[in-house]
Amino acid sequence: MIPFIALTGVDKRFGGIHAIEDVSFDVLSGEVHALVGENGAGKSTLMRIIGGGHQPDAGTIKVEGREISFRNPHAAMAEGIAVIHQETALAPDLSVAENVFLGALPTVIDWRSLRTNAHELIASLGFDIDPAALVETLSTAQCQVIEIAKALSGQVKLLVLDEPTAALAPSDANKLLEIVRRLRSRGVGIVYISHRLEEVFAIADRITVLKDGKRVDTLKPAAVTMDELIRKMVGRPLSVLFPERHATLGAEVLKVTGLVRGHAVRNVSFTLRAGEVVGLGGLIGSGRTEVARLIFGADMRDSGTIELNQQLLAIRSPMAAVKAGIGFVPEDRKGQGAVLSMPIRVNATLASLKSVSRPGGFLAFGRERAFVAKLMEQLRIKARSMDADVSTLSGGNQQKVVLAKWFHANGDLIILDEPTRGVDVGAKVEIYTLINQLAERGKAVLVISSEHQELMGLCDRILVMGEGEIRGELRPADFSEEQILALSLRRVPDEAPAALIH
Amino acid sequence: MNPSAVTSKTHQTQSGHANARQWWSVARRFNTVAILIVLVIAASFVSSDFFSVPNLSNISRQVAGVGIMSVGMLLVVLTGGIDLSVGSIAALGSVLSAMLIPQYGLSVALLATLVVGGFCGFLSGALIAWFRLTPFVVTLAMMTIARGVAMIISNGSPILVDDPGQALLDFGRHSYFGVPGPTLVMLIVFVIGAVALNWLRAGRVVRAIGSNEEAVRLSGVPVARHVLGTYVSSGLLAALAGIISTSRAGVGAPTVGVGDELTVIAAVVIGGASLAGGKGGTVNTLMGVLILGVIGNIMNLASVPGYHQQVVMGVIIVAAVLSQRGARFWRR
Repeated sequence: MIPFIALTGVDKRFGGIHAIEDVSFDVLSGEVHALVGENGAGKSTLMRIIGGGHQPDAGTIKVEGREISFRNPHAAMAEGIAVIHQETALAPDLSVAENVFLGALPTVIDWRSLRTNAHELIASLGFDIDPAALVETLSTAQCQVIEIAKALSGQVKLLVLDEPTAALAPSDANKLLEIVRRLRSRGVGIVYISHRLEEVFAIADRITVLKDGKRVDTLKPAAVTMDELIRKMVGRPLSVLFPERHATLGAEVLKVTGLVRGHAVRNVSFTLRAGEVVGLGGLIGSGRTEVARLIFGADMRDSGTIELNQQLLAIRSPMAAVKAGIGFVPEDRKGQGAVLSMPIRVNATLASLKSVSRPGGFLAFGRERAFVAKLMEQLRIKARSMDADVSTLSGGNQQKVVLAKWFHANGDLIILDEPTRGVDVGAKVEIYTLINQLAERGKAVLVISSEHQELMGLCDRILVMGEGEIRGELRPADFSEEQILALSLRRVPDEAPAALIH
Repeated sequence: MNPSAVTSKTHQTQSGHANARQWWSVARRFNTVAILIVLVIAASFVSSDFFSVPNLSNISRQVAGVGIMSVGMLLVVLTGGIDLSVGSIAALGSVLSAMLIPQYGLSVALLATLVVGGFCGFLSGALIAWFRLTPFVVTLAMMTIARGVAMIISNGSPILVDDPGQALLDFGRHSYFGVPGPTLVMLIVFVIGAVALNWLRAGRVVRAIGSNEEAVRLSGVPVARHVLGTYVSSGLLAALAGIISTSRAGVGAPTVGVGDELTVIAAVVIGGASLAGGKGGTVNTLMGVLILGVIGNIMNLASVPGYHQQVVMGVIIVAAVLSQRGARFWRR
């Protein structure tokens, strides 16, 4: 049988990063082929290549035996390939019916037939949603259904689903799996990307494991246990050297109790001591960033208390958090961390402008220059001068500038969200060293990272999050990628140690 | 050959390049000066009257109002906002100053006028910074409200400035060290604006907000307060422009400054400011103001009819902005 789509020896680089390396992958019609791997394993890139969003640097793509190259997503759609991304791409102010047929609305709309058709299409998926309702009034699960209906409004032969159940409650997730089964029985090929391995085992006909951009294995679910699958997903050699730690633990600095924000953060409690580096692990979207933003006052919490140095804090804004002595390096360096179009000097002093100005609000340029020069030396920021715009720097140096902002602030707590994302290995090691220096100076450090190696190399403890909760806490003796992944996937492995609290 | 000699030589040429690049970047940053010089040369060909002292002082007097408002507009535009209400607040300021002078005397009247202008800006700023409404819509509303209030309190007709205001009228008509009074006020406003933007902490924050508001917020800087401040400044300076108009004309008129908001925005944009925020400076804004003033003057001297002037003005605004983007466009 000729597979509907077959990728052979596909390769894709982004600058220095080898996102996909010599990957072969195929999907038969009427088959569910699951794609699993850690964050950054290359699943999204492979998905985009299939959907025409990225063009491979090497390798061939065959659709029904014909060799083809997709210049854009439109070309892929013309071949009957539809991709449904993690974040829904619906127009919230339009009705369900309009959204379903958005790509193919006629010039003059016959509202009655549009709604009837939409209703029938949605009904064929086993759902009953009012086609006249505005999309913004729908639940996440209903939006997913609309997305699928939208894809099915054209001639779909291959459907790519990226984490379709990530934002769904279990009962809704089951309904969605039912839709996938229906589509399969209709002969649609399905690429199913998910972190929920139980689902993968329940629905997949074949499973392909990706790791560091390479295909590790393709197997039938019956031929593998879940533990074996997890082992295939992780277990890469220690590739980065972590500097030795010398910090001594001091008094409790941060105490978070019962933190809640909607469904994103559910009843999170933990403590942090001076000189301690604690990691927040878990998958993307598990609520790690949200916890950080709540502590920093960037978002408002529904309930819960935050104590800093045994004092209850009423943090309602980042300004209050900074005053209280909290620093925050956000994950989105370009959007939230650095002011790219302004010089290093301006960025480095943005959080401590008062300390480089005279009474009356005048900037003390001499003091500022001396301050920034010292920071650039300490953090080894490489740049033409301190007046160079941050946008001209490499990713690693940009990140160091953002770090510099907090390096000498008088705070007791610093929160780092994905501090080494998009940074080359050399700069990573330097950033690890800086984090250790912060701890040695007696600061409490909270590190969020999707790289398990990084958490294990940096942290005194790792808190693993999943679906807004802290699923467990790991001590160095229990550190392993399998443990972190298993906790974040809500699976306690057979040899679970006693230290695994839930 | 000695390898170290080679490196030192390449180093020299490199630093030579760096120097040239620096000069080039400075030249490009202030290319508005070049545009103004070209216009002035062109003007001297159009009319021999251009370089006469009365004509030059006339230009500088005419642009004073727009110039004063453009400093406030620059602050607002740097944060990524816009203020459409400046022309109307100037009208309110003009009427209010003329009305208050007979009752309360010069200094109290002018101070009160400035406070009212600042308060108008505060209202817009509060809605924008605290209630997160769109600057365009909020200041559009303020534009009609301020104009309406100016019409109501003046009954729609100009108000003559009475006796205690004689000093104001004298100031508007006299020159100090060869500089007309209104021009002097404009220059002082520009100097204060330049100091605030380049030497004050608040100025740096305003510029950074326009470049990346979220990064500034996550640095613990009170963003709303600074945004609010720019609208208060803009309102206050618009009222000052209204007072200047009264001092020049001798009457407070509710029809002052109709359409001025667009001229002011044009001046700021010709001065290289980006309406997306973060980019722009006082020197270039002053050049933008003068460029518009000189163009208007040339056309008057060449007796171009008023309606035609509007068309020419629009074309020249586009040309000026294009010439600044030009270098970047061709390099692509």
